[in-house]
Amino acid sequence: MHFLDFEKPIAELEGKIEELRHLTDDSEVNIQEEVQKLQAKAERLLRQTYARLTPWQKTQVARHPERPHFGDYISRLVDDFQPLAGDRSYGEDPAIQGGLARFRGFSSVWIGQEKGHDTATRVRHNFGMARPEGYRKAQRLMRLAERFQVPIFTLVDTPGAYPGVGAEERGQAEAIARSIETCLEVKVPLISVIIGEGGSGGAIALASANSVYMLEHSVYSVISPEGCASILWRSGEHTKDAAEQLKLTAQDLHKLQVIDRVIEEPLGGAQRDKAATIDAVGDVLEDELHRLRAFTGGALKRKRRDKYLEIGRVGLS
Amino acid sequence: MSWISNYVRPKIRALVTRQDIPDDLWEKCPDCGQMIFHRELEKALRVCTHCGYHLRIGPNERMRLLFDSGQFTPIELPETIQDPLKFRDRKRYSDRLREARAKAEATDAIMVAHGRMGGHPVVMACFDFSFMGGSMGIAVGEGLLAAARLACMQEAPLLVVPASGGARMQEGILSLMQMPRTTVAVDMVKEKGLPYVVLLTDPTTGGVSASFAMLGDLTLAEPGSVIGFAGQRVIEATVREQLPEGFQRAEYLRDHGMVDQVVDRRELRDRLITLFGLLTRTTPEARIVRIPEGSLKLDGPRVAGGGPRIDDGRPTAEPQPADTGEAQQQPAEKRSSWSLSLTGRSRDKASGDKTPDKPKAEKAKPETAKSDRPKDTQKGDKQADSAGETGGHAHAASADPHQAGGDDETPATDPDRRAAE
Repeated sequence: MHFLDFEKPIAELEGKIEELRHLTDDSEVNIQEEVQKLQAKAERLLRQTYARLTPWQKTQVARHPERPHFGDYISRLVDDFQPLAGDRSYGEDPAIQGGLARFRGFSSVWIGQEKGHDTATRVRHNFGMARPEGYRKAQRLMRLAERFQVPIFTLVDTPGAYPGVGAEERGQAEAIARSIETCLEVKVPLISVIIGEGGSGGAIALASANSVYMLEHSVYSVISPEGCASILWRSGEHTKDAAEQLKLTAQDLHKLQVIDRVIEEPLGGAQRDKAATIDAVGDVLEDELHRLRAFTGGALKRKRRDKYLEIGRVGLS
Repeated sequence: MSWISNYVRPKIRALVTRQDIPDDLWEKCPDCGQMIFHRELEKALRVCTHCGYHLRIGPNERMRLLFDSGQFTPIELPETIQDPLKFRDRKRYSDRLREARAKAEATDAIMVAHGRMGGHPVVMACFDFSFMGGSMGIAVGEGLLAAARLACMQEAPLLVVPASGGARMQEGILSLMQMPRTTVAVDMVKEKGLPYVVLLTDPTTGGVSASFAMLGDLTLAEPGSVIGFAGQRVIEATVREQLPEGFQRAEYLRDHGMVDQVVDRRELRDRLITLFGLLTRTTPEARIVRIPEGSLKLDGPRVAGGGPRIDDGRPTAEPQPADTGEAQQQPAEKRSSWSLSLTGRSRDKASGDKTPDKPKAEKAKPETAKSDRPKDTQKGDKQADSAGETGGHAHAASADPHQAGGDDETPATDPDRRAAE
């Protein structure tokens, strides 16, 4: 288990519990009691810590390496997943995964960034930072979904679009712009969940949706706290302030009416119980799919546009 | 005593004040370093007369340069929520905003106006880079939406001229939301069948480039403009190597297939008029009818003002086949053109004619005639125009008060510093 800085006291307690468990002592009864006591204490500490996460701590949780990623959701939520590769113009970008699948009976298209879970896969998926090919593949899959009138689900988890020479040469800006445009145009239900990091343009390219949900400890922002601090404060020391000021938590974004709902995570974050997290997301997606299926394609497109036109009238007091 | 105060003192004073020669008579080209006399620079539309470098210009200057005889009507931008996040870095966002407004005499980084180009209506939205780096927040998004709605109402093409470092960080996620919102604006114009043309200027980066700016039916760019998604420093830090020559410049984007044309500022207006013409007037203006000489006779003496004149752009209610009166009055060989307007559309002056439209050509649309009036009379014009929402402060074409250029206090000014998100 990977512990974050602020989880140190919890890590210590849990370490102690492990130690006690492995002790083979005569006074076993006593140890059992001790373990239970410590477990209760650890849980209390966990609950207190996670109830009061600062925006910067939430950012760290959102980036937690053991958080469920796109691949985890796919393997648990859908059947018959058929990955589809390539943008048909230049290449295949493994940072964005997508394909056809059956979700609780419904054919559907799934698209999302994959961050990878160890060094090899992280490098392969470029840490979830997509190049133009990725966004063009996403557009292609969205059009495919529209052609066959199946819903689209996008799972957003990216630090942002990849800043590289090749990406710029091949039109990173255009690829993102067209991806947003495609999201807004398709005449099928489009539902997005920010499952970890919603990094700026790279995120909105997939998340201009009918309904946008965020996991409880995910973040969604126009710029990373690090980037914001270096530009506005001209120093890396103010990352925490930037995180605070950017209002990037699911809770703040719900207040700003930018997202539709916050999906609760298990105690201690999604990384502590991947299955429960994924199932909770699945249930929300299923409910929403049933609600949106009642609308015609034209109405879905209109509603999506109207929703974005409405955003920005509410501020935080 | 009096000769001292009346004669000597003014003389001395004159000697002293002689030193106060305005120091902005000469401007240094940021590219080649040559000094250019300010009047020469203005005449060259702020393009360096030595190396052709395009200096940045503000929205007022831009519009004066592009609209017919420099005349246009700005529209009042919708009011938006101020500082929605109560953002504070080293300074309050609300203070930064107030300072920027005082300096720019504008409410935000965008200006929207309508007018005519080559005689035909055009709606224009220009960014003001000197206003917090032209960054896009709610107000800019609303400005673009207003421009799109105005274009739809007037059935006019929309020209957008971005000059922006990207999203306005101080509005957090709400600035990111301007990316889909401005995309909706663009799609409204496109769905009406109207041209949406983008002129990319220096710089166009970040969230602005990754939304409406890259969605033009046509995309033009000014020479040398920096255009791209990620800032150059961010890219350098990521790839740890030297960036290629001319990276992210307009010409580089054209060579990589992202821009249709790179157009010199001095040719821009003519080029745009031609392009708009090709997109909006797609069939011949009128059927060409050759009238055999002497085959048509006047019924009698012509009553003054009784019939339409051939050069009168006034739309006729219905097609009038070979109006006898007019053919006789103006012998065909003396006319510059063989065409008779049978379709009721005004004759096109789209050939880059820089002279103002004659008022009589505007008879058909009296409500738009005011855009042809001298600007003095436009000042304070409270008339609502055809668009309905443009009751207006028509402070057309006053000298651009802002110097284009970076400001140490404005955050998003430096596109290089924009993190690639």
